[in-house]
Amino acid sequence: MISRFQIAYKNLLRKKARTLLTLVGIMLSAWVLVSLLGFNRGYESALNRDIDNMGYQLMVMAKGCPYEAATMMLQGGTGLRYIEQSMVDSIVNRPEVDKVTPILMQAFFDPDKGDGGGIAGYFGVEAATFPAMKPFFRFRQGGWFHDEQALEAVMGFEAAELEQREVGDPILVPEKNVQLKVVGILERTGTQDDGTIFVPLKTLQKISAIDKITTIGIKVKKDADTTKLETSLYQLPDVQVVSFTQVKQTIMKLVATARVMVLSIAIIALLIAMVGVVNTILMSVLERLQEIGILKTMGAMPSDIFFLVWTETLILCSCGGVAGIGLAFVFARLSDILVRRVLPYAPGGELVAIDLKLALLTLAVIVVVGLLSGIYPAWKAGRVRPLESIRGE
Amino acid sequence: MMTTENGVSLAARGLTRVYRRGIEEIQALDGVTLQIRRGEFVAFMGPSGSGKTTLVNLLGCLDNPSSGELDLAGRSIFGNGKILGERELTRIRREVFGYIFQNFYLIPTLTVRENVALPLAFYHKPGVEGEVERLLGMLGMEHRMDHLPGQISGGEMQRVAIARALVNRPEILLADEPTGNLDTKRSGEIGEVLQELNKSAGLTIVMVTHNPGLAKLGGRLIEMRDGQAYEN
Repeated sequence: MISRFQIAYKNLLRKKARTLLTLVGIMLSAWVLVSLLGFNRGYESALNRDIDNMGYQLMVMAKGCPYEAATMMLQGGTGLRYIEQSMVDSIVNRPEVDKVTPILMQAFFDPDKGDGGGIAGYFGVEAATFPAMKPFFRFRQGGWFHDEQALEAVMGFEAAELEQREVGDPILVPEKNVQLKVVGILERTGTQDDGTIFVPLKTLQKISAIDKITTIGIKVKKDADTTKLETSLYQLPDVQVVSFTQVKQTIMKLVATARVMVLSIAIIALLIAMVGVVNTILMSVLERLQEIGILKTMGAMPSDIFFLVWTETLILCSCGGVAGIGLAFVFARLSDILVRRVLPYAPGGELVAIDLKLALLTLAVIVVVGLLSGIYPAWKAGRVRPLESIRGE
Repeated sequence: MMTTENGVSLAARGLTRVYRRGIEEIQALDGVTLQIRRGEFVAFMGPSGSGKTTLVNLLGCLDNPSSGELDLAGRSIFGNGKILGERELTRIRREVFGYIFQNFYLIPTLTVRENVALPLAFYHKPGVEGEVERLLGMLGMEHRMDHLPGQISGGEMQRVAIARALVNRPEILLADEPTGNLDTKRSGEIGEVLQELNKSAGLTIVMVTHNPGLAKLGGRLIEMRDGQAYEN
């Protein structure tokens, strides 16, 4: 006995090159589609995670472009304005405020970093207040600074890997030629903190010859009115308040344009693949009109022929879809790197997040669209009249 | 058995078939009346365009007549302007007929065994289990069961087509130029196979042929001329 599935499968093997090319088309569409959907999901959750991992919901900084400042804050940048450290005292006692921490960001040019040098980001933080903002920090080696003026540093996971440093090793602050001792190395967090070097605030102020700070991080009390606090903070002279919710919304707006474009491309790719499916199946039907006529003389009903041709479409779309999704899983890291290159801001962690649920959803989309594409060729095949087809009319 | 009490399988009365080609009307069949009894081996001969294939197509329910009547085992199939849809024609065909054609129409990617079993994927008459192997054995093709059509000769391909036509145990075998693509030796072999099926299994065979030698194998010869049937 031979099943209808076997008949459909063997029909596809007749024109191997054509079937293979159609499969490749579907596979590429599935790859693009699942990667895009994975990016849609991954980017937002990575951004949320990055912002949640900041440990604070509000930042107070000197007046300027808040979005630029926030981006620099997230990426580690330079050129920021400064505020007085005494401003911390006027914020800490407000009823909505849970915790505050002063931060001094400094960036130094390191000629040994990368090809042609690069910027090394240093965060001056207080061992007394900063760790409370980052309860998820875990040390791979060592711990926080011994005192607030020590010539010590705590390195993020990637910074330590890049510099190949262990606890007890010295590091030299570029431009300033000041030697610090590594006292702690953090576990990987999947955030920008992985590439940061933390130094006691007073030490960094001394090294930079700046007695001010760049930022105050504010952790708001649970259920407190953040908007009210934000409004009251604007009463402080020459400050800008940045809410991470706003930052997130702005970044998401920027990324939305790119997402729409990529989504359009994915839909076009899907449509092209589906036109390929229609073409392949229709060609295959037209080439086999006589055979289809013979199948009808054998007792095949129009619906039998319809489902036989539809099964061919199903096989093509399922195999192409599974292969494309498999490729997307295998090359997820590559997609991640490519996406990072084109985005204005890419949060840490996994940007293209593909899981089984998303893979199944994509496969369902591919199969449903494929089956819709297969309706016309299958209907045409089902309507073949045996006599005309055998005569070759 | 699909016969009337007097043993008639097929009865045609005044069958006509007119084709239209643009504004031109072509009368392919002009009022043919005949009866075919169960177990007969009937051969239709005649020049090209004489209407023999058109008649066999109507007898085999592959087409609707323009007018006239056709009874199958006493049951009216066509008549009084009744036009059957593709679905109804298929139901009749798969119950009653097996077909073989000049061009064999085997599926190249299926093995000999799979080609013979192909009709069973769509319609499986009760009690036909094991027919594939039995028929291939009977037709001397058991050693070729796992070969593809491209690996066997033309005569063997027609044997496979015969086995495929018989796998659902039809009442009537319709053969349209079954040896048209074969040399004299292979034609003779196929003729012998058909004769044997008719004699030993009592299969009703309706055959169109240009081959006088093959036509003589049938017990009954009907000559077609200008859309009409003449029987000696």
